[in-house]
Amino acid sequence: MTVTIPLFRCFLLFFHVVVVFHLVSATELTFELADDDKQCFFEEIEKGEKFSLDYQVITGGNYDVDCSIVDPGAKVLYEESKKQYDHFSHTAEETGVYKVCFSNEFSTFSHKTVYFDLQTGEEPALIPEMHNRVSALTQMESSSVLIHEILKTISESQTHYRLREAIDRIRADEIHEHVMYWSVGETLILFVVSISQVVMLKSFFTDKKPLPGLSS
Amino acid sequence: MSPFSQIVFIALLSSLSLTRALYFHIGETEKKCFIEEIPDETMVIGKYRTQLWDKQTAAFLPSTPGLGMHVEVKDPDTKVVLSRQYGAEGRFTFTSHTPGEHQICLHSNSSKMALFTGGKLRVHLDIQVGEHTNNYPEIAAKDKLTELQLRVRQLLDQVEQIQKEQNYQRYREERFRMTSESTNQRVLWWSITQTVILLITGIWQMRHLKSFFEAKKLV
Repeated sequence: MTVTIPLFRCFLLFFHVVVVFHLVSATELTFELADDDKQCFFEEIEKGEKFSLDYQVITGGNYDVDCSIVDPGAKVLYEESKKQYDHFSHTAEETGVYKVCFSNEFSTFSHKTVYFDLQTGEEPALIPEMHNRVSALTQMESSSVLIHEILKTISESQTHYRLREAIDRIRADEIHEHVMYWSVGETLILFVVSISQVVMLKSFFTDKKPLPGLSS
Repeated sequence: MSPFSQIVFIALLSSLSLTRALYFHIGETEKKCFIEEIPDETMVIGKYRTQLWDKQTAAFLPSTPGLGMHVEVKDPDTKVVLSRQYGAEGRFTFTSHTPGEHQICLHSNSSKMALFTGGKLRVHLDIQVGEHTNNYPEIAAKDKLTELQLRVRQLLDQVEQIQKEQNYQRYREERFRMTSESTNQRVLWWSITQTVILLITGIWQMRHLKSFFEAKKLV
């Protein structure tokens, strides 16, 4: 049994696929921000589209970062300093390139790892033809859509849980290492100090050797 | 149109041009790295597109042939999983075999271009992980699924990914617990050791000085 697809439906499919790719974008990235550095990401958003930004600092210093979102008209939509995590959502008022910047310029020697999730638009339909659906959804279909939404929420909360756990885990690894270095260092200092104390004390009570050429 | 060409057509369309994605700017020799913390047996697909800055027109060229990006992927044990050169527009994919933090690094290989351009490169990047890598229109065409069947397939993929993530979480908590216990042991033993060394050093100091002063006939 072969499935044939007439030319008109072919064009419709193409059109929907292209349109669908324009409607949505979800990017989550984790990157390193060196000290005294600023990194910006740009996204093209259409007017009327809803977008949301989620970010969290995973490693580094006091776990804080500056974040700002600027719209195409150079208007600042969101600006916060030294935040560890935050969520911001907004409906785009004009079409254009929006700029999301993360800055670590206030820090002198700690570099940070930042996670962010930028979602724009609505989720696309599973297959493009579902977009021009005429009849209402059956109960089965609407239940499965509901399950899909719930599973998405579960997946997102798993991500947040993983990020919070990563913060603690990396700190625990650092403590593990530092305990070793500091213990060895302190033991060495202990030896050096106790031996030099004894040597110095002995030198106070030792007769100074008479200098040659001076009569005593 | 036969089913095969239909599949090819759909596959071509969906793997095509990154019409809209996040972009950022990098310098000529700058290396940009991203970290992906993923469970094992998870597929990751990355698509990128580069544009070169043209000093004369003061704009980014729509496409630049001859430009290349080197993509390097390292697994949690810093072993190189993927290290390949791609063109100005590329698609790379890998599957993780160990759970953990994988590092994806990109840098351009166009050191020759630095002389002629402003040295700025715009990179459009899209990284998809896990069930987001599945191409549902393609699967529907290949297995001839109805909408509902496709939706159920998607739910199965999502649940599988959630399960993998939970297994990874259990593995991470075990590692965390081992690290904490090891730290606890280290702190305990070093504290005891240092106290003992302190006592021994104190006793040695007193005995050494006492014998020194006795020899000097001050005591």
